[in-house]
Amino acid sequence: MADPFQTFTSRLIPLPAENVDTDQIIPARYLKTTAKAGLAEGLFRDWRFAEDGSLLQPPFVLDQPGMAGRQILLAGNNFGGGSSREHAPWALTSWGIRAILSTSFADIFRSNALKNGLLPIVVEPERHRQLFELAAANPDAQATVNLESQVVHLPGDEDLPFEVDPFAKVMLLAGTDELGYLLRREGEIGAWEAAHPARVDTTARATPS
Amino acid sequence: MTRPRTLFEKIWDDHVVAEEPGAPTVLAVDLHLIHEVTSPQAFTGLRNRGLSVRRPGQTVATADHSVPTHPRNLPILDAMAATQLAQLDTNCLEFGIPIHGMGSPDQGIVHVIGPQLGLTQPGMTIVCGDSHTSTHGAFGALAFGIGTSEVEMVLATQCLLQRRPHTYEVRVDGRLAPGVSAKDIILALIARIGVGGGTGHVFEYRGEAIRALTMEQRMTICNMSIEGGARAGLIAPDDATFQYLEGRPHAPQGAAWIEAVSRWRTLPSDDGATFDRSITIDASALEPMVTYGTNPGMGIPITSVVPSPDAQADPGQRRALERALEYMDLQPGQTILGQKIDVVFIGSCTNGRISDLRLAASVLRDRRVADGVRVMVVPGSDEVKREAEREGLAEVFRAAGAEWREAGCSMCIAMNGDQLAPGQYAISTSNRNFEGRQGKGGRTFLASPLTAAASAIAGVISDPRRLPGIEAIAPVGGR
Repeated sequence: MADPFQTFTSRLIPLPAENVDTDQIIPARYLKTTAKAGLAEGLFRDWRFAEDGSLLQPPFVLDQPGMAGRQILLAGNNFGGGSSREHAPWALTSWGIRAILSTSFADIFRSNALKNGLLPIVVEPERHRQLFELAAANPDAQATVNLESQVVHLPGDEDLPFEVDPFAKVMLLAGTDELGYLLRREGEIGAWEAAHPARVDTTARATPS
Repeated sequence: MTRPRTLFEKIWDDHVVAEEPGAPTVLAVDLHLIHEVTSPQAFTGLRNRGLSVRRPGQTVATADHSVPTHPRNLPILDAMAATQLAQLDTNCLEFGIPIHGMGSPDQGIVHVIGPQLGLTQPGMTIVCGDSHTSTHGAFGALAFGIGTSEVEMVLATQCLLQRRPHTYEVRVDGRLAPGVSAKDIILALIARIGVGGGTGHVFEYRGEAIRALTMEQRMTICNMSIEGGARAGLIAPDDATFQYLEGRPHAPQGAAWIEAVSRWRTLPSDDGATFDRSITIDASALEPMVTYGTNPGMGIPITSVVPSPDAQADPGQRRALERALEYMDLQPGQTILGQKIDVVFIGSCTNGRISDLRLAASVLRDRRVADGVRVMVVPGSDEVKREAEREGLAEVFRAAGAEWREAGCSMCIAMNGDQLAPGQYAISTSNRNFEGRQGKGGRTFLASPLTAAASAIAGVISDPRRLPGIEAIAPVGGR
């Protein structure tokens, strides 16, 4: 469960790579943990560090001067494809990322992000290109993410409106999670189960294998 | 008359528990599969809230991602993997969930054992904290991967909150030529639509070429739906489906079987049902496919050349291709045939079933793996391993100079110590060629079992259609 999502202002972290997959966001060898905490160490690990643990040269964007503390990732097209690992948003939020701008997000990543106080913001291709131009021309440009009014406020008094699932929005703003909502549907779940006998019983074999 | 519905719509409608304005659908889950990597934090969440598992009898666990594939009597050297595996045992014991862990005769990759045990059935909703859950769609089940927060929700309520996805018809007409298989169909589809092409959609694979496939070949196709960005992939159940399932340990029996089959026969998409999107592929025009880049959409017919970044109109795609070729150390315009390989991996939830091993063995029989090439054959489950040993396939692999290993995900995800060294090239029957996927700095060519086995003999990427007797080699079994 995440803290309530509040309006915040940050500079952008430009990462123009397309189709950034979850194996890049956090390599599989970091999935052997049984906890959620501490995954920032694995974030973009193989794009940041050499075998001996030293930073690659030139450094990956996260490790360039002035990037620490930034909370908005400006990513290339189709961010977050690949595996279902929720370790990806855990690693991103653990580093400090709270919103990602891209033209599209992979379905499972988007769903996982929304459950962890990480806002995926879909931007039209033309605006997406302009954002990268802005980040290049003015690396210290500030953006304000306002989920309540569904806009990203940009320099020059420009507002970039975005769509968000209304249910996810309520959950994010309240800092609550979907399980609470499901647990309150107990009556309907019980009624459905009464009308639909279980299709399988994993505890009992019909025949020996 | 009711409106004609697709297979997807029928399954979805059948599992709607509740719908409130503004909220996603509460969708019932028939079968929840669990493994060691994406479940520990979900069980921690249950404990923190004092919740129990609502339907242990619709939940089943196995250990696959972290398990070593060396002999089972050897210790697990990786302390974190050992802890994670022990945690799964503890969690299942505490919450009453059946587990097929290491040492169980039913252990195996979660997407191999579900169908093998007859747990995967038409018309069901199936979820797992694993993106390749789409595999089970081969049976006409709506099956998709979920995150760990959702694993916790399903454990606690046997339900999920889901927005209804769009539908996407993938029509595959014609017949495959000898040496071309299901893996080549799915790699060709993803090469056409890209890794984000199916985002927000559920595929339904249809057409003559799909109907002609065995169940195990259908699983290979549905498995990689996620690599095309789709949440799930479906194939309508038919006689091949029922024949595969009949008599499996968890399949219905007797009168219940007859009732189930008649229910399953109503599932296929109605005549006149419409899809949100559609694409057609001509199976008869397909060659064996192989990837050259760092995502599954970067695939080409095996006789083609590596594409040139200069030919890409879009600057983003040009940069992506440049980066991929730099990582792979390949040159634009070079042929992919003849490309040197160091490792061959035959296994995974994509191509680690008995019929895949039969195909690979049919190529390797009475032949030798090329000098300097390491070939790992990793069965998808303990049952697949036993069957391959019964049939003498294990002996074929060993005699050819390949390693015959224990069941698990192994070098598909390289979490268990089975991995490439930096710079090595592998041809792999698995599903992902992302940077570092099979080991940091490793380079992956995705291909079919036939192509992988043909390449193992030659030591370079090779066209299985050039093998003598290839016309007689066809997928066998998986019923």
